[in-house]
Amino acid sequence: MEFLEVIHVSRSFGPVNALLEISFTVHRGELFGLIGPDGAGKTTLFRIVASLLLPDEGKVLLKGHDVAKDYKQVRRIIGYMPGRFSLYHDLTVEENLSFYATVFGTSLKESAAYVHRVYSPLIPFRKRLAGKLSGGMKQKLALSCALIHRPEFLVLDEPTTGVDAVSRKEFWEMLEELRDMGITILISTPYMDEAGLCDRVALIDKGKLLQTGSPSEIVRTFPAKLYVIRGENLYSLLGRLRKSPEVKYAFMFGREIHLVFRREPDDPARWLGPLTGTVDGTFSIDPLEPGMEDCFVELMGKKEPVDGEENV
Amino acid sequence: MAAHNTPVIDVKEMTKTFGSFVANDRLTFRVERGEIFGFLGANGAGKTTAVRILCGLSAPTSGQITVAGYDVWTQSEQIKRNIGYMSQRFSLYEDITVYENIRLFGGIYGLSRRQIRERAGELLGRLGLENQRDTLIASLPLGWRQKLAFSIAIIHRPGIVFLDEPTGGVDPITRRQFWDLIYETAQSLITVFVTTHYMDEAEYCDRLCVMDEGRIVAMDTPYRLKQQYGAQDMNEVFIKIARKEI
Repeated sequence: MEFLEVIHVSRSFGPVNALLEISFTVHRGELFGLIGPDGAGKTTLFRIVASLLLPDEGKVLLKGHDVAKDYKQVRRIIGYMPGRFSLYHDLTVEENLSFYATVFGTSLKESAAYVHRVYSPLIPFRKRLAGKLSGGMKQKLALSCALIHRPEFLVLDEPTTGVDAVSRKEFWEMLEELRDMGITILISTPYMDEAGLCDRVALIDKGKLLQTGSPSEIVRTFPAKLYVIRGENLYSLLGRLRKSPEVKYAFMFGREIHLVFRREPDDPARWLGPLTGTVDGTFSIDPLEPGMEDCFVELMGKKEPVDGEENV
Repeated sequence: MAAHNTPVIDVKEMTKTFGSFVANDRLTFRVERGEIFGFLGANGAGKTTAVRILCGLSAPTSGQITVAGYDVWTQSEQIKRNIGYMSQRFSLYEDITVYENIRLFGGIYGLSRRQIRERAGELLGRLGLENQRDTLIASLPLGWRQKLAFSIAIIHRPGIVFLDEPTGGVDPITRRQFWDLIYETAQSLITVFVTTHYMDEAEYCDRLCVMDEGRIVAMDTPYRLKQQYGAQDMNEVFIKIARKEI
């Protein structure tokens, strides 16, 4: 029996199909990431998994329990951290935690070992009102509250959105430790660079799963050959590349252009020469190992034309 | 770039205190015309305070600061007319149409009716949104909204546009299209001042300024910062700076 099975889940809100036929499984002890932009359906899916919303079609099984029917058992297994900070601003750090402990019929003392790693940095601030905490500390408190009933499964909805790079890194380090304690974790994020920190990921866009697999599998199955162009004045070159019939698409990626050919020339460097003719500077073109964002762009492009223009 | 020698932003010894708390500690930097300047720092590093002063919304405690050639002490109203501003949180009014938003912001920025009409046509054509002219903003996809918000923020052709985390949460294709707009804007010599948490986005900037605890701790091109910190990418640079590993 799989730890979590999401089976053909669909859900719409009026005319909007928030989720379409979503299926994937999460293995026990895995750190599993749901990666996608705003509006992809991540929150809807997490609310369904956490038994807070019913799907129109399909079902979710957690350790064999149908989350819609056996929600009481399921809620003991799950620790859910919603995307919006949902703690009581006018209670202190400690009061928030005891409140959640009481709701689940436990206490901070009983769960001390379980929440220690996440909660200990907050101990000096335990008398502070939750509303007065910094972003990073609020996040740690919310995670402590999600852990207070010693769940086997953590469901974290965009915990790192809007958080600076350093706090994000600390948060992921904490998640790895929780995973190593045996907790299965399902996390969503719009940051593609966080995909590499997960054991496996599902890429989602506009309610549809694009691909599921380990980060290295996803990168390995990139269906095209990716090239990188480096040089000065790349922006002037970009327009010409896009007009070239050989080019499927070209995008700026930081200080580089990433390019996929429609028809690959025998010698890309020779092909590039005339295009750069009157643009100042020297340019190089080399094959490149794709990153998660390249994969996402390629997978999105399968569903709609990708040419750098608007596609209405 | 062009033969303009006056910087668009010229900041000397800018300090802002709130009681005993020093939010900005003697910041000194310049931003040139047509530059894409990235402003980075952890939450609470003092970025927002500095941006508010540069936009003429808050007075500094001390320092000499000009923005678009105007003095923040005496000409904050002129500054507001000569800059553009867009943030992820607040950009357009959702319950009015695309064209009504253009008219509203064009009016606020002091454009004449004729200018508004002309520039609206141009703007909608460039974004391929001619058919969405009378669509409510609420029913536009997020990516389009952001591109539209950015174009409206520069409809009065300001010397500089401030972007506060402009692309948080959008899909990678839309994000790239947004950056295409940013490059296009910088090519037309409008300076782009961006704050962002995306470190890969920092790599798109011509120059970066990193703030920590109210001070500027690093300022250079992304390439030279990576060299200096012996880092693979800007994320690593940022973490090394924040953990004071140098």
